[in-house]
Order: sequence, then structure tokens, then C-alpha cells
Amino acid sequence: MAKASLSQGRALPMAVGVATIIGAFVLLEMLLRYGVVNKYVVPLPSQVLMSLERIVVEENILSRIRETAYEMIVSCLAVIVLGVPIGAMLYRWRPLRRAVLDWVAATAAAPLVLAFPLFLVMFGRSPTTVIVMSVITGLAPIIIKTTEGLLGVRPVLINVGRSLKMTDAQMFRMILLPAALPTIFSGIRLSWTFVLISVVGIEFLINLGGLGQLINDLAERYDLPGTYAAIGFVILVSVIFFMLLERVEKWLRPAK
Amino acid sequence: MTLATTAATGATTGQPQLVIDNVFKQFGEGPGSVIAIDNMSFDVKPGEFVSVIGPSGCGKSTLFNIIGGLLDEYAGNVLIERERIAGPHKAVGMVFQEESTFPWRNVIDNVAFPLELQGVNKSERLDRAHHFIDLVGLKGFEKLMPSALSGGMRQRVSIARTLVSGPQILLMDEPFAALDEQTRLLLGDKITQIQQDLNQTTLLITHNLTEAVQLSDRIVVMTYRPGRVKRIVNIDLPRPRTSDVVSSDAFGHYVAEIWSDLREEASRGMADTESVRRTAPRG
Repeated sequence: MAKASLSQGRALPMAVGVATIIGAFVLLEMLLRYGVVNKYVVPLPSQVLMSLERIVVEENILSRIRETAYEMIVSCLAVIVLGVPIGAMLYRWRPLRRAVLDWVAATAAAPLVLAFPLFLVMFGRSPTTVIVMSVITGLAPIIIKTTEGLLGVRPVLINVGRSLKMTDAQMFRMILLPAALPTIFSGIRLSWTFVLISVVGIEFLINLGGLGQLINDLAERYDLPGTYAAIGFVILVSVIFFMLLERVEKWLRPAK
Repeated sequence: MTLATTAATGATTGQPQLVIDNVFKQFGEGPGSVIAIDNMSFDVKPGEFVSVIGPSGCGKSTLFNIIGGLLDEYAGNVLIERERIAGPHKAVGMVFQEESTFPWRNVIDNVAFPLELQGVNKSERLDRAHHFIDLVGLKGFEKLMPSALSGGMRQRVSIARTLVSGPQILLMDEPFAALDEQTRLLLGDKITQIQQDLNQTTLLITHNLTEAVQLSDRIVVMTYRPGRVKRIVNIDLPRPRTSDVVSSDAFGHYVAEIWSDLREEASRGMADTESVRRTAPRG
């Protein structure tokens, strides 16, 4: 009974989501067919759907998804591996935090992608350039949120740790980190958004590798349905990434 | 010689387990400094339940932090079994005023936490955690997360977590402050029962008069800022004790007696707060 209601509880939002997407597609199709929206700027959703098969067969989509996914996975893991310790370091050393946190925040707003020629010179036209630039683009939110999460840990929890004579390492691993995890995860979500946009954006800019290059190629051929279908694959990869992140978060934070 | 100095010099019978000896604490220096505690002295004997009561702002929580070893810089001595404490002491288990369960751990993992730190093997720590969960009346709730519990239940989890490592002295800072009166009385029963079952030396910091009389063998009444010992009152109510005691004449007598002392201090505190508000710049 409980299981049935649980699956019903999950099925309904999913059904609403699918229905919303279909509804939006139908609405857009009608607007385009009746000339409210220009067909030469936005392709018909039905044409986009029809072009999916062509993109898969002719454009080697799986290999391109693999390339983009590889760059995304490496970049997403790298922002966590680098960002969380840097955030923890800024939490631990107040003078350093006061000195650099504003600068870190400023980098989140800076259009780092425009510096791509510099990275091309350093790393060549290679996946390394895509990864390095994406990591730099995605680092700021996770650093800021990690610092913010650690600073926001309720003092009473720290006092519990102190009263139990916990070492600094125990305090960090067993109290500070789990208590800050919700905020750190919101930082990861933000960072990953930046990273995913950056990976595809840089692939597009330097015309290299995966889905970004495909979008570039299709756009240059003025294959609008194909371009939008390729964008659909980018969205699919992003959705898979965030679904995985949600799973990991649920596993790490059963109390959520 | 005041009642306080009588207690501190050990003139009462039995060897004290915890001695607060001329403890002095000042925050800041110069004209803006505040003396939070001014030469406080009293003791707690093994198995005794002592409450420290005083109006808001009298330095109760400062005293709690000093005894718990969370505040290092103070003058005087806090002695446990004649050893001066420096930092948190393994003999003292602290229960805090604020909700302090770990929201990412379920009830049993919260309670077993101190044993995990001590490296106790899993089966033993779960056994001991089960025992204390049962003791605080939370049997059946082991697998629940704190977010699924009421405020009173969460505070019981904190108490079980503190007791599981077997502290010689249980130190509690207004643990029922955020709870409603009925829950407070029922939790008071639970604490009394645990204290009697374990013969647990307990020091309770509180501003709640009925709670102090309901639970204590002795009550240390503090003055409003700076915090000093105004009076120590022996509570000669029969044990085992339950919350039924609140309807007795003797209980009312103790409450009235202590309130007459406390009222004066609370009024001073209120007047002080109002004068600060009046002189504070508006805007």
C-alpha cells in the first residue's frame, strides 16, 4: 500500500513534467505553423524530432556524447576535488578568507570563456583546454558555498564535538563536513551548471570534439532542426548528470 | 561566612566530586568590560543533583562553559576529583540548551556517536546505545532521523548521547528551555528517574524555578550581573520524586522562598535591560 502510494507520488510529477513538455512542443508547433513565430529562426518541433534519427545515424552521436561526457565527468569531479578543499582552507584561515573570498566571487561573474585563446596557446586545441577552462569556470561557486556551509555550522554542534574532545580532523570529517553538506551540494549544483555550459560552449567556440562541435557544424550548415536536436542531446546529458548528483546527495544525506 | 563559602570549603559532609572555587570571569577589558562571574564557589557531591538558578544574563551559561572546559580563560579553579580542569574533561558530559542532535544521523547513530569516537566495536556500541535509548524512553525510534522527532524527543536523544559514554558528572544547560511546560515536567520525571537509577552526579543550569525545585537536592541561587552565589538552598523533598511533587505544599514553600531571592535579582536584570534600551541610539 505504502509502496503503491510512493510510486504514485513519483509517477504524478513525472507525468506532469512529460505532459508539460509535450504541451509546450504542441503550442510551439502551432505558433510556427500559424506564422506567429518565424519558421526560419525556430524549426518546427516535429522536424526536430524527425531529425533525431539522422543525427544519430549520420553524425556519430554516441561517440560525440562520449567525448562531451568524458570532459564533463573529469571537469565535474575536478571542481569537487579542488573546490571543497580550497573552500575548507578559506574557512580555516580567516586572513586568507578575508583576502581572497571577494576575488573568488568576482571570478564567478567574470566571462572567463573569452580567455580561450590564452588556453589554446597553453594546452593546444585539445580536450585539456576544454577541461581546464571548464574547471576554472566552475570553481568559484563550490569554493564560496563550501566556505559558507562550514561557517554556517551551528556552534552548538561544534561545542558537542569539543566537549567530546574531538581532534580537528575528527571534527572536520564527522561534524563540520556533514553539517555543511547541504550548502556544499548547492555549490556543486551551481558549479556543475557552469561546467556543463562551459564544456559545450568551449567545444562550440574552438570547434572541437563532442556535442559542442556538432552544434557548431550543424549551425554552419544552417541545419536548424539538426542543431536543435543536438541541443536536445546536450540537455539529455545534463539531465543525466543532475539525476546522478541527486542520487549521490540522497545517499549522503538520508535526512534531507 | 556565607552559605556559599561554607559549601566551597567542604564543610558539608561527603567528599565533593566537582568543586567550583572562586571562579571569576570577565569579558573584555577597560570601561566596556563586563564581569560575568565574580568569585563563585560551591561544590557538588557524588550522586547529588544540584541546580544553578539565576535571572537571564547572570552568567549561568558562562559558568556552564567554564565547567565544561569550553571557556579556558578564567580565574579561580574548577576541580574534578581534586584535579584542575583545563579544557573539556572526560568526566563531564554536557547537554546543551540548543538542539544538538546530528541531523544526518539516525537516533541510534546519534547516541552511539561518542562510542564511535572511542573506537568501541560496532556490536558493543549498538548494545550500549540501545540501553540508553531505552532509558530515555525512545525504544522503537532507533532508526528515525531527528527531523522526524519532536523537540522533547530530540533533547532526550542528546541526553542519551551524553550518558552513553558514562560521564561521572552530567552537566546540563537549560536542556528543556525550548519545550512546553507539560513536556518539561515529563522530561523532568525522566531525568529524575535516570539520575536515581544511575546515581548520576548532575549539575543543571536553569532559569526555571519549578524545574530546579522538582529535580534538585540543592539549588545555588545566583545574583544578577556580576554572577555571584546569593544563596544555596537544600531541597528536602522525598525521593524517589516525580512531577506529582509540584502539587505539594512543601514544593510551593520552596518555590516561594527561592522566588523571593530571585525576584530581587530578576528585577535588577529587567531594570538594567530597560536602561540599556533607553540609552541606546534610536533608528
